[in-house]
Amino acid sequence: MNKGKQIFVTGLILMLFAIAGAAMVALTYEGTAAQIAENERHAMLRSLNQILPAERYDNELIDDTITLAADERLGHAEQSTAYIARKNNQVVAIIFSVFATDGYSGIIKLLVGINTDGTLAGVRVVSHKETPGLGDAIETKRSDWVLGFNHKSLQDPDSSGWHVKRDGGIFDQFSGATITPRAVVKAVHHSLLYFASHKKDLTGSVSHE
Amino acid sequence: MSNADYNEISKNGLWTNNVALVQLLGLCPLLAVTGTVINGLGLGVATLLTLVLSNSSVSLIRHWVRPEVRVPVFVLIIASIVTTIELSMNAWFHDLYNVLGIFIPLIVTNCSILARAEAFASKNKVLPSMIDGFMMGLGFTAVLVLLGGMRELVGRGTLLADAHLMFGEVARNWTLVIFDDYTGLLLAILPPGAFIGLGLIIAGKNIIDKRLSKRQAQAVQNTGQEAIA
Repeated sequence: MNKGKQIFVTGLILMLFAIAGAAMVALTYEGTAAQIAENERHAMLRSLNQILPAERYDNELIDDTITLAADERLGHAEQSTAYIARKNNQVVAIIFSVFATDGYSGIIKLLVGINTDGTLAGVRVVSHKETPGLGDAIETKRSDWVLGFNHKSLQDPDSSGWHVKRDGGIFDQFSGATITPRAVVKAVHHSLLYFASHKKDLTGSVSHE
Repeated sequence: MSNADYNEISKNGLWTNNVALVQLLGLCPLLAVTGTVINGLGLGVATLLTLVLSNSSVSLIRHWVRPEVRVPVFVLIIASIVTTIELSMNAWFHDLYNVLGIFIPLIVTNCSILARAEAFASKNKVLPSMIDGFMMGLGFTAVLVLLGGMRELVGRGTLLADAHLMFGEVARNWTLVIFDDYTGLLLAILPPGAFIGLGLIIAGKNIIDKRLSKRQAQAVQNTGQEAIA
């Protein structure tokens, strides 16, 4: 066999395997895409329902979203999505996706639910890379700390109280970890401020749909 | 192939040539995910599955692939298999997939898989290759589970936490709380704990190996003396 032909055959073999591999991945993707989307939807709905129990709204919460322009109070450098909960066509609460950017390591992704009266429906951590055993007390799996935000608002406590105790506020820090709770408290406080300044747009313009 | 060979393959994979303890391959996922038994088991089973599938496919095509392109072809096969497993885990073990995250696609970079394809599967028949993959994977999984168990026990005082991620809702109560009211030893859960734990396991294996070879030497000596007497 001459050299040219040999190179051609070898390349052909490589190509055949590339096609076979790509076909296998494509087939699996086709077969699993719907299930994966369903899982993600389900997981999302589960975290939304932790903040806002299903009986408090009657719309398709997960599909009833608005896109918010980038705002540093929400920690987003790009657009973000907020979920609108309605009952009898009245907006009852809005759940924001909030990024706390000054945690100990990486971004802490939060869901912050705010009732239309400006009180917090609840806060949950979606994902984080904080130190296991120290900073991860922000997860409900590890401690009840994050539940301490329930029913809080800009009036209760006032802005001097929106800090961890070490900084003169009312929220506990964890032993050995102040940076993580400080970041979360700040992010929640900022999302309340964001809500307050956009309240009309958020609860008014979207309720006609 | 005789049965003796299968014994040899099994012994090789599980003990003498254990991927994690002797070859020291795939340490990145090994050290990163072994915070709990379940995480270790999840990654171990995914790796085992990859090894079995990649070894069998490489063995099947061993006569058709030219030596010049064999490594790219092996890498293609392994990458396709891992992506398939990743997608399937995302679809059917979504929560576990979320926990293991980036380390599932990183199985591709586990050198042991390419090493077995090159060193064993490309030279052997399908069945032995499959068994080799299975045993290598089992040896790796065993170390992952053991290390996960050590770190979980010392770090948190529990075993089998979050078993429902893998076995569904029935397993939600499987968590064994070994020490009540245990505040945990953080070091074990953090990365240094993984290195220390793996070091201890390797040391343990070496001690056992030493004892075994001593006993063997003694046995040989004894029979020798008997023969002389």
